[in-house]
Amino acid sequence: MSLIEIRDLRLSIGDVPILRGVDLDIAPGKVMGLVGESGSGKSMTALALMRLLPRGARVSGRITFDGMDILTAPEAAMCRLRGRHIGMVFQEPMTALNPLKTIGEQVAEGIRWHTGANRADAEARARAMLERVGLPENRFPLTRYPHELSGGQRQRVVIAIACALKPKLLIADEPTTALDVVLQAQILQLLRDLVDENRMSLLLISHDLAVVAEMADRITVMRHGEVMETGGAVRVLAEQAHPYTRQLARASTHVPARPKQAVRTAEKPLLEVENVSRDYALRRQSIFSRRRTFRAVDGVSFSLATGESVALVGRSGCGKSTLARVILALDSPTSGAIRFMGEDIGARAKDALRPVRRNMQVVFQDPYGSFDPRHKAERLVAEPLYLLDEKLDRRRRREMVAEALTQVGLSPADMDKYPHEFSGGQRQRLSIARAIITRPRLIIADEPVSALDVSIRAQILDLFADLNARLGIAYLFITHDLTVARAICDRALVMHEGRIVEAGPTEMVLQTPRSEPARALVETAPDLERILEKRIVAS
Amino acid sequence: MSADMFFMPAPERHFILKALQNRSFLIGLVITAAIALMALISLFWTPYDITRLQVAARMQGLSLSHPFGTDHLGRDILSMIMIGARNSIAVALVAVGIGFGIGVPLGALAAARGGWIDDALMRLNDVVFAFPALISAVMITAVFGPGAVNAIIAIGIFNIPVFARVARAGALSLWPREFVLAARAAGKGRVLITLEHILPNIMSLLLVQATIQFALGVLAEAGLSYLGLGAQPPMPSWGRMLFDAQTRIAVAPHLALFPGLAIVITVLGLNLLGDGLRDVLDPRLRHER
Repeated sequence: MSLIEIRDLRLSIGDVPILRGVDLDIAPGKVMGLVGESGSGKSMTALALMRLLPRGARVSGRITFDGMDILTAPEAAMCRLRGRHIGMVFQEPMTALNPLKTIGEQVAEGIRWHTGANRADAEARARAMLERVGLPENRFPLTRYPHELSGGQRQRVVIAIACALKPKLLIADEPTTALDVVLQAQILQLLRDLVDENRMSLLLISHDLAVVAEMADRITVMRHGEVMETGGAVRVLAEQAHPYTRQLARASTHVPARPKQAVRTAEKPLLEVENVSRDYALRRQSIFSRRRTFRAVDGVSFSLATGESVALVGRSGCGKSTLARVILALDSPTSGAIRFMGEDIGARAKDALRPVRRNMQVVFQDPYGSFDPRHKAERLVAEPLYLLDEKLDRRRRREMVAEALTQVGLSPADMDKYPHEFSGGQRQRLSIARAIITRPRLIIADEPVSALDVSIRAQILDLFADLNARLGIAYLFITHDLTVARAICDRALVMHEGRIVEAGPTEMVLQTPRSEPARALVETAPDLERILEKRIVAS
Repeated sequence: MSADMFFMPAPERHFILKALQNRSFLIGLVITAAIALMALISLFWTPYDITRLQVAARMQGLSLSHPFGTDHLGRDILSMIMIGARNSIAVALVAVGIGFGIGVPLGALAAARGGWIDDALMRLNDVVFAFPALISAVMITAVFGPGAVNAIIAIGIFNIPVFARVARAGALSLWPREFVLAARAAGKGRVLITLEHILPNIMSLLLVQATIQFALGVLAEAGLSYLGLGAQPPMPSWGRMLFDAQTRIAVAPHLALFPGLAIVITVLGLNLLGDGLRDVLDPRLRHER
């Protein structure tokens, strides 16, 4: 018998249909992977299960949980169900916890509310649960606040809250998307263990086929609010019988075709980073103690040739984004020198940076946050033109914007749109257009594809490769995702705790990592083909 | 993300139509417009000339010729309220202007520069904040002499920290955003970024604050002139009318009623307008409707 039975679930918000007849079954103690791109209705399906739908949503169909009809149950019954029998883990561990309450209180809260246990008992159970998720009390007292924990530790707290009452079903909505690969592997292992121990069912929502392939017993592929395919995880992903499943799998392992770039290593390097360090002052413990510093970047040196594309790989918090900011002269190094096109950036006054900035542009991770919502595309893309010495008239400016838009695969007519009128992938194209409009020699891209769906991500990677081939732009790709590095980078630098611990041709670093941090990154990176092989052999 | 509440999506064509569907915005707008219209008309015409005293017709009740009655010197109360509205609006408007004009640049500067400039500016703000506004206004007018201009300056000074804080908080949440970083990578300086990206995005916040400060300004002006520190006779003002009515409240309660009502209705109207404006400008609330 199934624990969850969803039959012909239809949902619309306003006049927009979100789900168009979803069927889904989850057996007790099994892991169901729910895959699809953003907007496919994965999260809405999960929210419908909890009946936590946004206002104005109209639902029809039937959802049965353990014999209980969810859609017609009174709200009081749903309150008893949520948190007790159905737990939920969200994507963003930063916002899923109340910043004003200690972790002990937050775990105990649900226990007290649902079981009526007194404070001491609830705390004892919270303590045991936190210990179970890997936060033992001697190192992580119950009185810690969320901001004192790292992202991975916070996600453990969220899992502890969700699993404290041993729910029959745990819903995990992209639980590891905000984490780096090493933490991802740890959190997935934890979820796996909890499922086995408590005979809990898990609905794992993810856009990452490899993650689902590793975890799920069964898999459901969704698109535009409809179920495309459902079946045993290994079978569905290995056979790829459904065209859409095949398309997703292809996109997630996509490697852009790249003509061998003539990397001009003989010439002077385009960018030279020499022994750069960056310290941040920490808050004083008391007014008498000396101010201590945290070294985010620690004596980093590397160089980058014209037309070369280099990956800077590392776990979150390893200092790679700080390094990028220092190179972009958005932040100044504590010591060391950065030479770009032969000139020392650090020594220059702000105004003298203009020619440098013109040749070095940036693409950010978040396609939603990187545009001023009040400006039209023309003005947004034209922003770096401010760096040119000559003042452009309006017609010339529009021509240049049109050209940049065409180069990234958008249409010049998009110039008069506001950012919210573009989709996520289009916005990332827009931010690439902004980066190439001054015809720079180097683009620094900080996790440029990690917020995108697999198929869009494949397109954007193609675009990067294409611009590299056509315009000879060099890249510094900052990423924690090795597949990105493999797809478009000649060389890879592995960064760990502020230092570069390994450097070499991408393939070599990925095949035979020599340093411990590099090995951890390579081993924990979910790789669809490898996981499938392993699971097929195991069965 | 909490920062999102500061964002107004790109201007919409039907923005005004949408705003008018918001009930408190509409009511607030109508009241405020009516008061403003009254003040405007008083520039050209009032039912009676209030500089001419008609002691014979003093303290009359409500009648057709004097809809709100007359005061202890025989002046028409409706005419006085109309001119008083002009006075109140002028004082509050200029005071809010002073607060906005000085406070917003200060707050934006503090957010843009950070470090000791931020600390210094904000501590200075705290000092101004620490004085109860009305008492300090009394102090200022006591030193520099009573009068409308001094009242304006006094109220204006206490609007500065309010705007500085709102501007700084809004700006601080925007500075780490990626579009600001992108502008910095495009070589734009702090001043240009503040003008192009920061101010337009916090303008909705500031507008709402300005409406509320306006209401407080009307109240403060009434308070000061009640104490005799605001506009000087013969210029009528609502606070002064209340003061004059106070000793005669048993004989002629309507003398106090109408200026009191005028103050209450104006403040209510402005607060409704501010509330409505916030609802209309805050995209989160708008989506939920």
